[in-house]
Amino acid sequence: MLKTVIFSPSGKEVIIGHGMPTVIIGERINPTGRKAFAEKLIKGDLSLVQEEALKQVRAGADALDVNVGAAQVDEINMLAAAVDLVSRTVDAPLCIDSSKPEALEAALRVYRGKALVNSVTAEEHSLSRVLPLVKEYRAAVIGLCMDEDGIPGEPGERLKIAQKLVERAEKEGIPAEDIVIDCLAMTVSSDQQSALTTLETMRLVRDELGVNITLGASNVSFGLPDRKIINMAFFALALQAGLNCPIMDPTAPGLRRLIKATDLLLGRDQWAMSYIGDVRGYPEE
Amino acid sequence: MSILEEIKEAVASYKPAKVKELCDRALDQGIDANVIVREGLIAGMSVVGVKFKNGDVFVPEVLIAAKATHAGMDSLKSVLASSAEEPVGTVLIGTVKDDLHDIGKNLVAMMLEGAGFKVYNIGINASPEKFVKAIEEYNPDIVCLSSLITSTLHWLGETIRVIREAYPGKPLKIMVGGAPVTQELADEIGADGYGKDAQEAVERALSILNIA
Repeated sequence: MLKTVIFSPSGKEVIIGHGMPTVIIGERINPTGRKAFAEKLIKGDLSLVQEEALKQVRAGADALDVNVGAAQVDEINMLAAAVDLVSRTVDAPLCIDSSKPEALEAALRVYRGKALVNSVTAEEHSLSRVLPLVKEYRAAVIGLCMDEDGIPGEPGERLKIAQKLVERAEKEGIPAEDIVIDCLAMTVSSDQQSALTTLETMRLVRDELGVNITLGASNVSFGLPDRKIINMAFFALALQAGLNCPIMDPTAPGLRRLIKATDLLLGRDQWAMSYIGDVRGYPEE
Repeated sequence: MSILEEIKEAVASYKPAKVKELCDRALDQGIDANVIVREGLIAGMSVVGVKFKNGDVFVPEVLIAAKATHAGMDSLKSVLASSAEEPVGTVLIGTVKDDLHDIGKNLVAMMLEGAGFKVYNIGINASPEKFVKAIEEYNPDIVCLSSLITSTLHWLGETIRVIREAYPGKPLKIMVGGAPVTQELADEIGADGYGKDAQEAVERALSILNIA
């Protein structure tokens, strides 16, 4: 099994690996669906970025995703500025998140740690543009299981895309341990089999490729009431299926504790130290 | 309860098989197919639409209600074709290039159908060129563009630009929508309309054509 190591500018390491405690990547530095956040970014105001960075690390995030993509935001300048600000605010490695390669490059240029780049797809235009950046800046990268034909509905087909991502990265000189695969979760409100497909894909990717696995999991409950409980049930299942560095909201009540409890039950928490530490550290929850 | 009431009720309580059966029976009773559509199926769907807007019902329920409506339409299709009542307008709808999100766009499509529009749905990941070609084929009154992620928002403006270039002077209305879309963005890229949810999209589509 492969270990993905990312680190902050000060050298603080976070290690992602199967059988190890789950790494929590905080998702809240992201203006999607948050009007006030987007409006501040349009004006060049990064105060919420800083606030969210502090809040999430306090809430137990091991690493932070940084995304400033919204309509009318100058993403190239703002992503680099946000990455710089966050890394001066908290000591946690960053996941640099943009669909614009120019923005990724500008941010990677200012970042002094080892970042996780979010993301590359198996589409040629993405592979040829993003992988050279990952190589040049010695980063790790999240590969999404989709290509020119979209997202396959069958786990074996999704695995093939993951395979292609790993092979192409290796050809570019990026080792497999620096590839983290996102098997993609779609909502169960339109297709009640879709979560099963994601879970089965994760099992295959872990067992066949041994690479580490991330997931933006909250999608799964879109369109349904009491989403929190669906997300929690899905997290527990996904962690067993191979998810080991979810991109999630560490401030969501109960969610981080659920991750710690699941780690313990899956034999990833020796002497229950992490779980007990979590209860001691956050006694009010 | 009249049979039309029963159809409305069966759509609003998600019973495709029952809706189909009731539509068959309504036809046998000599009720006009257009009336069955309007006062049975569409009426039922709009009950669900309003509840959805208010947060009282959820996506799977809207999808199953739409399925019930379609089951009823299947029964009425052959009759409707011969006695076709004019649709209130024609809509072409699709999700822009590089974007694979389907559900929200389909909900809008169903609600528009429910409001009496003829809807052509060209699916997801539709390039500007695909829209241009479909416009030639279907000659819609309104084109609806959906974008669900910030990374595909730029395709809204680009698609509008390409469509306007391909059909200069054509009285074609373009509407945009999707979670990251705002009224400000819609104005900036020269869209004629924006709806923040499916129900609002329908209201806007009707008002844009001066129907309601």
